Amino acid sequence: MSATSPEALIEVRDLVKHFPITSGIIFQRKVGAVKAVDGISFDVMKGETLGIVGETGCGKSTTARLIVRLLDVTSGELRFEGEDMTKLKGAALKARRREMQMIFQDPYSSLNPRKTIGSIIAEPFAIHGLLKSEGERKKRVQELMDTVGLNPEHYNRYPHEFSGGQRQRIGVARAIALEPKLLVADEPVSALDVSIQAQVLNLLRQLQRDMGLTLIFIAHDLSVVRHMCDRIAVMYLGKIVELAPNESLYGFPRHPYTGALMSAVPVPDPAGTSHERQILTGDVPSPANPPSACRFHTRCSKAQGRCAEVEPLLEDMDNGTQAACHFPLTPEEAALRLPPALASGLV
Amino acid sequence: MSTDQAPLLQVEDLKVEFKTDDGIVHAVDGISYSVKAGTTLGIVGESGSGKSVTSLTTMGLTRSRSTSVSGKILFEGKDLTTISADEIRHIRGNEIAMIFQDPLSSLHPFYKVGAQISEGILAHRSVSKAAARDRTIDLLEMVGIPDPHRRVDQYPHEFSGGMRQRAMIAMALANEPKLLIADEPTTALDVTVQAQILALIDDLQKRLGMAVIVITHDLGVVAQIADEIAVMYAGRIVEHTDTRRLFSAPQHPYTWGLLKSIPRLDSPRDEELVPIQGRPPSLVNRPSGCFFHPRCPYLLEDHKRIDPKLEPVPGDVDHQVACLLPDATRREIWQGLRAGKTPEELRALVEPPAATVAATTVPPDQGGGV
Repeated sequence: MSATSPEALIEVRDLVKHFPITSGIIFQRKVGAVKAVDGISFDVMKGETLGIVGETGCGKSTTARLIVRLLDVTSGELRFEGEDMTKLKGAALKARRREMQMIFQDPYSSLNPRKTIGSIIAEPFAIHGLLKSEGERKKRVQELMDTVGLNPEHYNRYPHEFSGGQRQRIGVARAIALEPKLLVADEPVSALDVSIQAQVLNLLRQLQRDMGLTLIFIAHDLSVVRHMCDRIAVMYLGKIVELAPNESLYGFPRHPYTGALMSAVPVPDPAGTSHERQILTGDVPSPANPPSACRFHTRCSKAQGRCAEVEPLLEDMDNGTQAACHFPLTPEEAALRLPPALASGLV
Repeated sequence: MSTDQAPLLQVEDLKVEFKTDDGIVHAVDGISYSVKAGTTLGIVGESGSGKSVTSLTTMGLTRSRSTSVSGKILFEGKDLTTISADEIRHIRGNEIAMIFQDPLSSLHPFYKVGAQISEGILAHRSVSKAAARDRTIDLLEMVGIPDPHRRVDQYPHEFSGGMRQRAMIAMALANEPKLLIADEPTTALDVTVQAQILALIDDLQKRLGMAVIVITHDLGVVAQIADEIAVMYAGRIVEHTDTRRLFSAPQHPYTWGLLKSIPRLDSPRDEELVPIQGRPPSLVNRPSGCFFHPRCPYLLEDHKRIDPKLEPVPGDVDHQVACLLPDATRREIWQGLRAGKTPEELRALVEPPAATVAATTVPPDQGGGV
């Protein structure tokens, strides 16, 4: 994880995004800030899938939008192949954007209902002035439709003629049209029916293998993230509380928040739910006024006086995990929070 | 499903159809189930499988000129499909209550949360406003809302998602219903809050002895709180058994599909997901034969023609399934799927080994092979 790692596609350092809270109508004064992302650092290696998980309001979608520069950063560094993204403007930014694309959560509101599928998927070519001839563009769009498992003959249909899963495939086709290096998928399957989710997940995995894509996969579902990702960042109230390779995170979670998330995941097997569930009480505090020091201390079962006074930093733990906690989980505590099948290696 | 106690709710051959410009929507097509006091039935299915329409009909919320309902919904002996609008109004929110999926759009933004809860109490009980308010505060406390004396006078926007759902539960419990219907009670919530809400429903059921129907698309949720589970597909129940059996020995290819298409926290990480091909059918123009046949990997020629009935699995009266595959073949396929084989590999178990020419003449219970 050194800052100058040669294979890092994206390097994020102390990234901050505060949304101002204003008061007054004509003379707006800033009266506070929603600290959506509050100083996070991580790298995304070429070809890997980084998962970002957390509850609503933890800043995971904001992070995604900052990375593709749909939002401007408040402070911090964001490098794409070593180039500082935060300062890019105009033509240079547009050129960079070709290399990073996004898939959105809601396949209903992210496609223009008045455009045909063909023109939706061709839009990236139009924006970047590629494949100027009509015939060439159509041929490429139909290839893309075929790649994502849509019938190329449906080129002239409108979004309402497609089901949710097919619409998400259209979103994927649009995102890979320019052969980006980075694909950011923000909850790509949470709006889909259960039987359709697997189709889209399998498609994303296959595309990643075939195209060598780097993927940032954002979800709230820990089982989906486990299936898809090589490394996972767990976020809570604008901070990364744990950053770990897949096997480490799911084999031995160190942060009590990660443990609580694991424990809350319903396992579709009555025999597999015998583990004692550690149900978090209360709600996520407001990001406009987060708790002092460790932000999780108000809901943490292990919190002590120090947690409210000294902010824990992301530190290396012995099992390849980085966690920001003064009192990380012991193997016994972690085993209590995992489904029996995962906890077997711990005790 | 044994009969030591009379069921509180008994649904018999219920059919609900909506007339639309596109044709008749067969939303619910002949389903039967029963729920006893103190037990939880889970109804699982995808969008458009008719799971919500069933419960809306139970609440008398699908009554209109374009709807036709046939069959019976017996609640303590009264048929809810035929009683008058006045009578059902007396039962709704009183003896049968419902929790809806989206707590934000189910609460009125202009009224205080407390007022919306007391409204239900005042509608069914002859009590003073002050007494209703006291009861409301007790209810908010019971569902775990901190500081209920202050919260009772707040508006829905001042509540978080989890608290709104708790307020909805308080509203449903206001008149101590005998039956609680929870329609996707946790779908809009984070996993940690979902765990809180499920624990709350479970706890309240034990304390109040209600019957509960939980409608969801999430097998993980029903595994946790249901005693028995009905799997719905295209308006019909395709499999119905107790929770343990549904997960240990599922019988219907659609149930297998649901179980194998979701990644699980406790399965090997590199296990490939097996999606169900295609998509749910239109309820206007339904497939012929078995409704699942266009998506079924174990399809035989006959299945396009013959409509399977929901029947007990041989040797197990408490496990009903609507599938044309022979029992032994189904068991073999599930063993194979469990061992990580793909439906393509297991297809050989279904096809008659000799010749497919015979497929149209061989009765399905001999078409199994091996």
